[in-house]
Amino acid sequence: MADKAKQLPKDAFEPLSDGAHLDNEKIAAPSLTFVKDSWRRLKKNKAAMISLYILIFLFVVSFGSALIPAFSSISTHPNLNNLPPRIPGIDIPGFNGTLVQGGARVNAYTGAAANHYFWLGSDYLGRDLFARTLFGTRISLLIAVVATFFDLTIGVAYGIISGWIGGKVDTFMQRVIEILLSIPNLVVMILLLLVLKPGIPAIIIAIAFTSWINMARLVRAQTLELKSQEFVLAARSLGESSFKIAFKHLLPNLTSVIIINTMFTIPSAIFFEAFLSFIGIGVPAPAASLGTLISNGQKSFQFLPYQMWVPAIVLSLLMIAFNILGDGLRDAFDPKSRE
Amino acid sequence: MLDKDAPKILEVKNLKQYFNVGRKDEVRAVDDITFNVHEGETFGLVGESGSGKTTTGRAISHLYEPTGGEIIFEGKDVSKLKTKKDEKEFRSDIQTIFQDPYASLNPRMKVKDIIAEGIDINHLAKDKADRDAQVEELLETVGLNKEHANRYPHEFSGGQRQRIGIARALAVKPKFIIADEPISALDVSIQAQVVNLLKDLQKKRKLTYLFIAHDLSMVKYISDRIGVMHYGRMLEIADADELYAHPLHDYTRSLLSAVPVPDPEFERQREIVDYDASVESDGKQRKLVEIAPNHYVRAADDEIQMYKDRLNS
Amino acid sequence: MENKENILEVRNLSINFKTYAGTVQAIRDISFDLKKGETLAIVGESGSGKSVTTRSIMGLNATNADVVDGSIEFDGQDILKLDEKELSKLRGSKIAEIFQDPMTSLDPTMKIGRQVAEPLMIHQGLSKEKAMAKALEMLKLVGITNAEERINDYPYQFSGGMRQRIVIAIALVNYPEILIADEPTTALDVTIQAKILELMKELQTKINTSIIFITHDLGVVAGMADRVAVMYAGKIVEYGTVDEIFYNPKHPYTWGLLGSMPTLDTDEDVLPSIPGTPPDLLEPPVGDAFAARNKYALKIDTIEQPPFFKVSDTHYAATWLLDDRAPKVTPPADIVKRQEHFKNTKQG
Repeated sequence: MADKAKQLPKDAFEPLSDGAHLDNEKIAAPSLTFVKDSWRRLKKNKAAMISLYILIFLFVVSFGSALIPAFSSISTHPNLNNLPPRIPGIDIPGFNGTLVQGGARVNAYTGAAANHYFWLGSDYLGRDLFARTLFGTRISLLIAVVATFFDLTIGVAYGIISGWIGGKVDTFMQRVIEILLSIPNLVVMILLLLVLKPGIPAIIIAIAFTSWINMARLVRAQTLELKSQEFVLAARSLGESSFKIAFKHLLPNLTSVIIINTMFTIPSAIFFEAFLSFIGIGVPAPAASLGTLISNGQKSFQFLPYQMWVPAIVLSLLMIAFNILGDGLRDAFDPKSRE
Repeated sequence: MLDKDAPKILEVKNLKQYFNVGRKDEVRAVDDITFNVHEGETFGLVGESGSGKTTTGRAISHLYEPTGGEIIFEGKDVSKLKTKKDEKEFRSDIQTIFQDPYASLNPRMKVKDIIAEGIDINHLAKDKADRDAQVEELLETVGLNKEHANRYPHEFSGGQRQRIGIARALAVKPKFIIADEPISALDVSIQAQVVNLLKDLQKKRKLTYLFIAHDLSMVKYISDRIGVMHYGRMLEIADADELYAHPLHDYTRSLLSAVPVPDPEFERQREIVDYDASVESDGKQRKLVEIAPNHYVRAADDEIQMYKDRLNS
Repeated sequence: MENKENILEVRNLSINFKTYAGTVQAIRDISFDLKKGETLAIVGESGSGKSVTTRSIMGLNATNADVVDGSIEFDGQDILKLDEKELSKLRGSKIAEIFQDPMTSLDPTMKIGRQVAEPLMIHQGLSKEKAMAKALEMLKLVGITNAEERINDYPYQFSGGMRQRIVIAIALVNYPEILIADEPTTALDVTIQAKILELMKELQTKINTSIIFITHDLGVVAGMADRVAVMYAGKIVEYGTVDEIFYNPKHPYTWGLLGSMPTLDTDEDVLPSIPGTPPDLLEPPVGDAFAARNKYALKIDTIEQPPFFKVSDTHYAATWLLDDRAPKVTPPADIVKRQEHFKNTKQG
């Protein structure tokens, strides 16, 4: 037998002293909170992580640039207008200050412009497009985030109330939503903007007014599911008030849905704002958002393509990154995709 | 321990719980049941799916508003509790342990907050230190370690979660606990642990239990008296031993004949008794009749003699 | 006892799962046989590895499963070495499986007749008409009343017990050699369970199939099994004929399981129960995995895993208590009663 080969202690067949070996309830694994677990899963999703870094970068750069005077107050130079991008030291066509004019590549930085460098070119008023793009990104993000914040509070509250109370109240609240949904968002927004004075607050209100509905529906659906879970029943049988149940039990379990939906609402808001600005009822001049920049750039696209490319690429990047991150978060939060 | 002279702590009279009343999909989950529970005893409520046993438990703890009938707890009608003080007292006198150890604990709350929820609502702790001390004591009472207080439900096994649920119920120092299939979702060896814990707590804290289950062998082991439900109706009530020794109603007989026993020889010669449920809707008026002392069967007048004969055969 | 031939041989199977927290040793060196025409019950609690074992037989383990060692011999081939295409030929034709939840085992959007006929069309290449005719026969065999009309119904129109019968029909329609039943009656009411088990026994003789029955309910085992394997923490700790396991168990875990189930005449005040919870298989304990919950544990249980000790030609238990050098131990009272019964019937 195998054990003859091993050196066993003399008392190997003695019973173990009572209870000393009975270590029954120890939990071996380290504590893993929901947040840590989700983060670990998110890290595995390379695309989502790249999107996250891109977004962090864009946020930091666009809001951080507000602190640098050169970027926050952008001066116009009418004699330096419509210059193509020129980055010192780089000689690639497109970034070396040359343009195609009349079929030939020509250096645009002549005369008064010879010693200037506009990294991403200048616009029709001679403003630095790089600075303008940062500014525009900042405005777009600001509008989107604030509008989303409002829609979040309204949408979540509406959804929880509708789902928790149920019955006739719920039916009524859902019918209201259905009526609102049947009116096209754009129409509502345009009407609101005609009524309110044009400006950034007006745009924020217009966007928030229409985009809370989706959040309300998702939150309501999840609330309905949570309502019948036994831990909510347990809270009710302990005598917990509905209000406290909403905060202690419902909200923490709704955070996944809320965060994921927010990740999709923001790009939607960015896009709506860009569209409004593009058609001219958005952010008023001299402020700019990515939408106004694209609108301005579009007018001279055939000759000065860079004026539209730059803000368009930034806008696309923002939206794609939010969407991919939202997707990644959805997978990370889903306990069913536990390996 | 059954003290036959102990006062009745719960009286359920002609309880009806219907859902979607009046509509095409009306469900009569509980259809006119009557039974009592005495202080200090364990009343087992047995039935298969659709019997209405869980609905009964929830109606008693006032999670549903009864469609008809009365639920009298400690002399007061549960659906007529007016003052907030009365409501609060009721909610701390009666507690429920739920069936699903995976859904009965909020996955985002720490164990200590889950257990202390009742303490917080009723202001039973003087300060944070007192609260923590109470939680620790409860954890030890149910056989868990005090380090577990800072962990989350998903880190525990089913049996451990069920014990956390018991600790939560005990936190408000209840007198009456409704155990709604507390062991159905657990492994066999863990079921025994939880049942032993419940019995121990009953002795130490003088608790009364309504033990709802579909596992007949476990119900008999823990209950003093048993009520058998089917399709929303109470068909038979008797002392536990008596019910198993002399089952009178056809359904009870059918149920008992179907319970698997860990004894191969017994299993080899076991015969299942069939039950024809259509008998229940034949239009006859039936109510609970005392066929033998403390042994009630739901019978129509012309069936009483048949049951009495069965008892004596 | 007639020597039935083995149709399935599992040898030294070890399977690990890669998880975020590390490697879980779900199955650690198990071996067992399935004989033709018999019902082998695998008994164990959550985490014992019983489901992983049967999923390995069907090749259905998740992608993070790693077969560390071992073989599963069936029909002259090692199942572990087959690729997906060859495995699909086996599944549903030679080896079939039925699961616990009849609600989710059936396709809710497909008529049941079609679901029963599908395995026939796939594996035997029958035409739709011929397959539906055979499906009708099968539905009658499993006890669906009014099968001619109900063959065109959808799963939602049936009760839980009826759905499980349909699931059984689908599994047996190709007359498989092996039927794996993974807790098929756990989700059913007790009266329905009794009927389904009765049905399975009937069909086993008619179809001449061998059954691997997984459950944690010892009462069901007593009624269904010819032989029993008890699993704990990824290993088989005891196996034998059903009479040997129930009336002459030798492993303390088996004692604990039998003791935890009150029978209709259990009288004790405290139900003998096994304290604690099964171990974490991320770092299986050294020695016997059951030692931490075993009040009969010996010092050697913390040093080395016990090998199988022979109790009879058909009965083996992996516990150091059976070693010659171990002290004599008296099992709990209810087990002693069982063993006395065993001695009496053997002599009688």
